[in-house]
Amino acid sequence: MKKTVSKSAWATLLCVAALLALVVILENVLDPNKNIMVFTALKKGAVYALVAVSMNLLNGFTGLFSLGQAGFMLLGAYTYAILTIPVAQRDAVYYIYNGSAINFSLPELFGGGAFGLVLGVVLALALGGCVAAAVAWLIGLPVLRLKSDYLAIATLGFGEIIRAVFQWDKLGPVTNGANALKNFPTFSSFNITNGSGETVLRLSTFTAFLLAGACIAVIVLLINSTYGRAFKAIRDDEVAAEAMGINLSKHKRLAFVISSFFAGVGGGMFAMFANQAQAKTFTTAMTYEILLIVVIGGIGSVSGSCIAAFLYVAASEWWLRFLDAETFIGGFKVPLLRNGFRMVVFSVVIMIVVLFFRRGIMGDKELPDLLEKRRKERAK
Amino acid sequence: MSENVLKVENATMQFGGVVAVDNLNLEVNRGEIVALIGPNGAGKTTAFNVITGVYQPTNGAVWFRGEKIVENHPQGKMKQQYKGEHAGDYTQVLAPTPDKVTRLGMARTFQNIRLWKSQTVFDNVLIAKHCRAASNVFTATFRLNRKEEAAQRENVLELLETVGLADVKDELATSLPYGKQRRLEIARALAAEPKLLLLDEPAAGMNPQETEELTAFIGEIRDRFYLTVFLIEHHMNLVMNISDRIYVLDFGKLIAQGDPAAIQNDKRVIDAYLGVSEDA
Amino acid sequence: MQYAISILLSGVSLGGQYALIAIGYTMVYGILRLINFAHGDVFMVAGLMMVYLTASLPLAASIPLVLVLTVLLGFIIERAAYKPLREAPRMSVMISAIGVSYLLQNLATYVTGGLPKMYPEIPGISNTITIAGAPTKVVTIVTPILVLALVAALTQLIHHTKVGMAMRAVAKDFETAQLMGIKINAVISATFVIGSFLAAVGSVLYFTNYQSIVPLSGALPGLRAFVAAVFGGIGSIPGAVVGAFIIGLSESVIKGSSWSIFSDAFTFALLIIILVVKPTGLFGEKVTDKV
Repeated sequence: MKKTVSKSAWATLLCVAALLALVVILENVLDPNKNIMVFTALKKGAVYALVAVSMNLLNGFTGLFSLGQAGFMLLGAYTYAILTIPVAQRDAVYYIYNGSAINFSLPELFGGGAFGLVLGVVLALALGGCVAAAVAWLIGLPVLRLKSDYLAIATLGFGEIIRAVFQWDKLGPVTNGANALKNFPTFSSFNITNGSGETVLRLSTFTAFLLAGACIAVIVLLINSTYGRAFKAIRDDEVAAEAMGINLSKHKRLAFVISSFFAGVGGGMFAMFANQAQAKTFTTAMTYEILLIVVIGGIGSVSGSCIAAFLYVAASEWWLRFLDAETFIGGFKVPLLRNGFRMVVFSVVIMIVVLFFRRGIMGDKELPDLLEKRRKERAK
Repeated sequence: MSENVLKVENATMQFGGVVAVDNLNLEVNRGEIVALIGPNGAGKTTAFNVITGVYQPTNGAVWFRGEKIVENHPQGKMKQQYKGEHAGDYTQVLAPTPDKVTRLGMARTFQNIRLWKSQTVFDNVLIAKHCRAASNVFTATFRLNRKEEAAQRENVLELLETVGLADVKDELATSLPYGKQRRLEIARALAAEPKLLLLDEPAAGMNPQETEELTAFIGEIRDRFYLTVFLIEHHMNLVMNISDRIYVLDFGKLIAQGDPAAIQNDKRVIDAYLGVSEDA
Repeated sequence: MQYAISILLSGVSLGGQYALIAIGYTMVYGILRLINFAHGDVFMVAGLMMVYLTASLPLAASIPLVLVLTVLLGFIIERAAYKPLREAPRMSVMISAIGVSYLLQNLATYVTGGLPKMYPEIPGISNTITIAGAPTKVVTIVTPILVLALVAALTQLIHHTKVGMAMRAVAKDFETAQLMGIKINAVISATFVIGSFLAAVGSVLYFTNYQSIVPLSGALPGLRAFVAAVFGGIGSIPGAVVGAFIIGLSESVIKGSSWSIFSDAFTFALLIIILVVKPTGLFGEKVTDKV
């Protein structure tokens, strides 16, 4: 029993390493300028996978229905951006407010260069997570005492409040008001260039995968630890969990804070992906999008959330783009196709999943579980 | 001589205008098996919930192993509404949450089985060990608690062997037959390492043979884990065979107490309960 | 003074419009324990239907048609998206409600092309009048009166008809009501019909005031109305009405101050405070869980 566990852990690790290697190869063989869609989908997919898994930790594994994900992403994105915009760029970015109130940049603080960049970016992302986690801790004090549906509304409300605060003119020197923050290091900053500025090794998609992968790995470790088991007990039966010595408020807050931490990191990564951070992007619709990814993947399945994130992003950014374009075949205009149709098709698919395939792609199983079952069945 | 494990003092539980338990006084001594019986709606489960911290009593106190863990007196609106028999002695408010009571060394089962449905038999018992884990979330996530985790797993496996559920440890808890689910609930309570085990109608829904097995089982675990057992029960066979002492509750009030023989011959008990019992 | 009166007037009329939406939330929650996230979007769709219907039909025909179609929409949503999930965990139903909301918004974006649509002028209530020196639309005066009339009618319905009695029974105890032979599905449908009807009336009043309508127009009024329902004590109709007037007035006051960007933040802060201090709201009943 023990042996097989560590064996499958090694196998998983090997698969992840192979996947990362594949991403590097793909990125350097295919011309990213001719395959923009592919790499956009991969990068955004990685970011959404992380955020979806963080939401799943709360909704799927602890049974707390929270809709604050976009709000925590916003906190992470802004923290990341504010801490990493190069000092020289600050006047240009904050031109409306005559410069920024904060005049340092983490990558530069660490001496710039490749080393400063890596350390600065990782630290800024982590701090973004910490800010989100700290705020989660604060609002968790009152909000987590509420029953599930009130919790959903209260966290949704929190997302709205955060968005209003960050667009507030008086905070302009820090948040740049309603305007976007930009010019900070993005995934593309991790491409390695030679002396004359030519790209020798592209690592941008790899960076996105590595960061998201590391975070998801930590979440998986947590879920399989004694704390993760306690979360699942709370989800299955709160009264029994409390009777068996599990401190409900402590564990709920823990799940909420950790989930928000990773949502914050995901938000920072979203800013890296989008090349900008702007409060109006992090709407309730974004939370819904992530919730739907979780549902499609299967509530309570990490691998399901990852698969669904890539499928969803690829479909919306790439495969189904044609639905939004008016198309003529010969002289015949294809009916229905025009701007907005893609989202309609999406919502219909989602309703079908919600109503008829309630377990999503994976149910509450993980990929290795299914493979294991397959093997056992074949052995019979 | 006999050491007091649980003492309930003047406990009254009033919901709005309804007094569910009125001035309950009882003691459970170390190593004893004590039963609380009474007709349906007599307030037995309410008494249990008061002891385990699910409800805060309106008035009275609960002592556990010489320490006062629960105390309350009528406050606010309840001051006027209070209809309990006893009043006046209590001034403090002590209201631990159920998880805290469990960590102090009391573990319970439920009348309508409450297992964690999506978990295996093994995990159901393992999760109950969580409250005894010394690791924090960081050491647990990054597997710095390997030793503790391994010890816990070992411990759970032993426990499952003791209660005879080792062969089904990887099955889903809810796929077990009813009698085994009851047994699993007891195993789960034992995993929390209690000194006092509280069983809420452990034989509910069991046939005579299963009840007999359960009777033997409760005695066995008492001896094996040096437990004190306090139980609520309907099945007279089980109660009479197993209990050292019995308390009888009717309409929220204690009407009799004593050893099984005395209870069986008590006029008031026969009137209130045994006379109309389905098992008599 | 004039300014204060105009703020007061717009607050009262806003409150009345929220009240009509909030009743739909509170009734559905009372019976199904479901936050009907799609309710605000039903309200928005009612507004859009009005826009498209008046383009080809006279007003006198459009208004009743909008009411009927909205009621039908509410009925269909319940039957298609909530009824199949009656035995499912509550989280699934809530997700289904979010899905419907998402679908309605995206459909609206598709149909309108995402552009704001002008709401038709309704003669009589779109006209401007002056009250105590403050210019306002007739709708501002009509709203509170209409709301009180509708609420009075609804209260009569709930307390003195068979359907109303069934509704109260189902809200009290779903399972027992079912065992007593109450046709649960009919009662739930009736709830959605009433809720949608009131939302349709609310949309006529609301959009007459606001003139333009976009696919997201329903989301925020919907959330605010929900907050109002919670504030008043979810499940209680008078509570929803009182809550709605409070929310409407405070929104109007804040919108008129220099803190206008925080008007929604304030609404939600109010929600969180009330949930923490008195989760049952002003008029709600306490529910205890059984162990």
